[in-house]
Amino acid sequence: MIKPDRVVTSTCPYCGVGCTLQLHVKDDFIFKVTTPFDSPVNHGNLCVKGRFGYDFIYHPKRITTPMVRRYLLEGKSIFDVRHSDSALRPQTFELSNNELSPSPWDWVETDWDTALNIVADNLTRIYKRDGSDAMAVYCCAKATNEDNYVLQKMYRALFRTNNVDHCTRLCHAGSVVALQQAVGSSAMSNTASQVVMNDVFIVTGSNTSENHPIIALQMKEAVQKHGAKMIVVDPRRIDLVDMAEMWLPLKPGTNVPVFSAMANVIVKEDLVNWDFVKNRTENFDEFLESLEKFTPEYAEEISGVPAEDIRKAARMYATAKNAAIYWGMGISQLSHGTASAMALIHLAFLTGHVGRDGTGLNPLRGQNNVQGASDMGSMPFHYPGYMRVDNPDNRSKWEKAWNIEEGGLSLKLGLTTTEILGNAHEGGVRALYIMGENPMMSEPNLNLTRHHMEQLEFIVAQDIFINESAAFADVFLPATPFAEKDGTFSNTDRRVQRVRAAHSPRGMSRPDWQIVCDIALRIESRLGVDTSHWAYSNPEEILREMGSVNPDYAGITYDRIDKEGLIYPVPHMEHPGTPTLFKESFPRGRGKFHALDYVPVREQVDDEYPFILTTGRLLEHWHGGSMTRNSALNEIYPEARVEIHPADAEIHGIRNGDPVKVQSRRGEVIVRATVTEKTTVGVIFLPWHFHEAAANLLTNDALDPQAKIPEFKACAVQVFPARESDLPNAEIVLNRGRY
Amino acid sequence: MTITFMMDGKEVTAQDGQTLLDVARENGINIPTICFHEATTANALCRICVVEVEGMRVLQPSCVVKAGANMKVQTRSEKVLRARKTILEMLASTMDLSDAPDILTMMDEYGASHERFPDAERRESEVKDDNPMYVRDYSKCLLCWRCVQVCADDAQYTFAINFEGRGFETQIATFFDKPIPETTCVMCGQCVGVCPTGALKPKREFLLEQGMSPNEISVLNTGRKKRKS
Repeated sequence: MIKPDRVVTSTCPYCGVGCTLQLHVKDDFIFKVTTPFDSPVNHGNLCVKGRFGYDFIYHPKRITTPMVRRYLLEGKSIFDVRHSDSALRPQTFELSNNELSPSPWDWVETDWDTALNIVADNLTRIYKRDGSDAMAVYCCAKATNEDNYVLQKMYRALFRTNNVDHCTRLCHAGSVVALQQAVGSSAMSNTASQVVMNDVFIVTGSNTSENHPIIALQMKEAVQKHGAKMIVVDPRRIDLVDMAEMWLPLKPGTNVPVFSAMANVIVKEDLVNWDFVKNRTENFDEFLESLEKFTPEYAEEISGVPAEDIRKAARMYATAKNAAIYWGMGISQLSHGTASAMALIHLAFLTGHVGRDGTGLNPLRGQNNVQGASDMGSMPFHYPGYMRVDNPDNRSKWEKAWNIEEGGLSLKLGLTTTEILGNAHEGGVRALYIMGENPMMSEPNLNLTRHHMEQLEFIVAQDIFINESAAFADVFLPATPFAEKDGTFSNTDRRVQRVRAAHSPRGMSRPDWQIVCDIALRIESRLGVDTSHWAYSNPEEILREMGSVNPDYAGITYDRIDKEGLIYPVPHMEHPGTPTLFKESFPRGRGKFHALDYVPVREQVDDEYPFILTTGRLLEHWHGGSMTRNSALNEIYPEARVEIHPADAEIHGIRNGDPVKVQSRRGEVIVRATVTEKTTVGVIFLPWHFHEAAANLLTNDALDPQAKIPEFKACAVQVFPARESDLPNAEIVLNRGRY
Repeated sequence: MTITFMMDGKEVTAQDGQTLLDVARENGINIPTICFHEATTANALCRICVVEVEGMRVLQPSCVVKAGANMKVQTRSEKVLRARKTILEMLASTMDLSDAPDILTMMDEYGASHERFPDAERRESEVKDDNPMYVRDYSKCLLCWRCVQVCADDAQYTFAINFEGRGFETQIATFFDKPIPETTCVMCGQCVGVCPTGALKPKREFLLEQGMSPNEISVLNTGRKKRKS
């Protein structure tokens, strides 16, 4: 038996569930992960990523020494060393060890001081030359609240720009905007563990078993042990369907007609909770008018879901004592993602299934800290605490907190994630700071994204691996992963929990907040300003500074969340937290109905591209793959597979395991096919974790007009048989019984 | 409904439906357990928690037997102590307890001998090392059933493992004894989390025990895959 030197309690770095991890450390090496059976979120259960997938920390490819491109050490300008006619910069994954033929673009290891000075010099130079609009930053939903807070503060306070965003834009932006408009708050209204209190619940656009595995266990428990009825609305026959009362297999992108038709049934059959509608909502009449055309038959025609099933599901949801809705990216990642989420909100308004325990509107947030990063103001329209940046009152609050002259901060809304890269051209964004994100995997239409990355004048990557995006950078700053730093994560149900260092940082790597503060100080001296506080001695000081202005976090101290997290809003030091929101009223007062129309997905199938491609995630992998592709997790799911329905496969002469080419108007990938009834006829599914066959080469960069979220969930593709030799890694074959 | 009964000569009260083990713990009476776990359904498999109930013919497993009004329960009678000692000695004679410090402590406490059944056939098997996440060493398995339960409807609803074989040959196994990756297993490791005897163990802990260094473990399975140019 190995006796651990210590057991450190922390929070899982993968999904938004926020499971408690106990890291067993021996000789600065985590050899085992356990979790307490009384843990409030996960009750002793973990998934494969949380229990076994932390080994990326020790992967030999991890970068633990600062690196810069050779040309920067030689004092040259990027315009002297331009990579090609069409690209300012190359994508380089490897350290160069060919001293005989040095290239200006070689990665060269250096010391922290050199790297940080180069970053400060170049950011300051570009800011002084081109002003605030040339500066942009991607914060990180994987990093801690403290890391994110100081990074957005640096860009807002020093560069006076709101070009601050992160991957929340790519996951739940549609839900966030819809919830902000309808109720005035954008988080889950109830906690995930309340699912066992539901009598009926709808799961839609969420493959919960793979993406929030521990919440899926609670959903299964609700069905098996508490008699709840689950309605799954999803184009794929996901694992949860096995235990569902009903499965409504809708065509991707037809949420608005299906859920509006359910609303139509609820009104027509007088299942409306009139007390709730009268006392808690507004704009019902306009909504009612828009609802007229959404008959179940109309929805059936568009979505393929039988009208009778829509009626049955509507009755089941409306007549339940307690009912809730849980949703994922299948709702929000559409060019009408906001409308799609709004259609769900309407169901809760009509029936009053919100504001009580065991009910609610529950967008399942993807990343471990996407809720927290959003709370910290890592967004172009909001300061920490969702305070609009275009509101002068909010501005003066943060000016005071950051010791900035009156009127100093920008009132201009910043650019969103996709817009930041879309503006990477002369006269637009020139310098980009990327903390932990990987846009070269996570943006839609990657061939275009690549072009944008190539046009930037200066890129800083702060990460643990040279991922597909960091490979474009000028400077690489080696940060520490979760197990080597202290801080907090805020999970999907607003629980703020501690992250604790299990052992010292590998090599020269440093916690993100320390790197950012060091750069901020250097920039201040170059700008000749001495405004804000950056000399934090520990991350808690950062959280307290944020909490002094953001009332949601006002009552959170590390001491109070030492044993168990607190669920915000926590407005003062004695406050016990708020598991259920909207009990008395909504933050905006009354919940607002919105008239909806059906807008089809931007790219429709045709003879040339007859399949709808929908993308998603796998249990064994995480997003762009920086962590899981550098983990033993990659051994148990080593290759991308495209799922195709047997009926479609037969027509195209495709057998299970055959290599196929999947092509859209924007790109193509070669992958093996999995012929399975998990997908529906006319729809193929491709996970987006694999750089060898990046699904986002195919996806459409059409944006939702309000939320600016791209349409990852539906584009038109064609499938062709391919040869083994066309595969990027033909020798690697997935061999798992469950797939 | 509250009921009253006698435990170790003391009057105790219980809610209807509480087990004798629950009541004992509430009253600070220590009954040892091995297969029992708060997070799994109790099945009274290991019998270490037996108690003597007046009027009942055989010893009763306190993890499942419900408290009844006017019961007279002895948790440490001579018969109980003898049974526990024998159970521990039988375990020690057939399985490898080296990763079960709690049971070894229990043996000391009950004066159980490792040599009581010197001729007993030991349940030995090869370590099953068939996936990158955890190993299975059924020489250390005492068949407590917890792993099967958490894989089934106590937690995961995956149903990848079950009992296989009969009597002495009984073992935990995948269906048709397939390697883990070829089963429905999602590798959540819920089973590893509840194993009381180290029969299920994270792979990296296992490799450390085998004498590999953290650095050697970290470079396993990290062969670089070809990048699409």
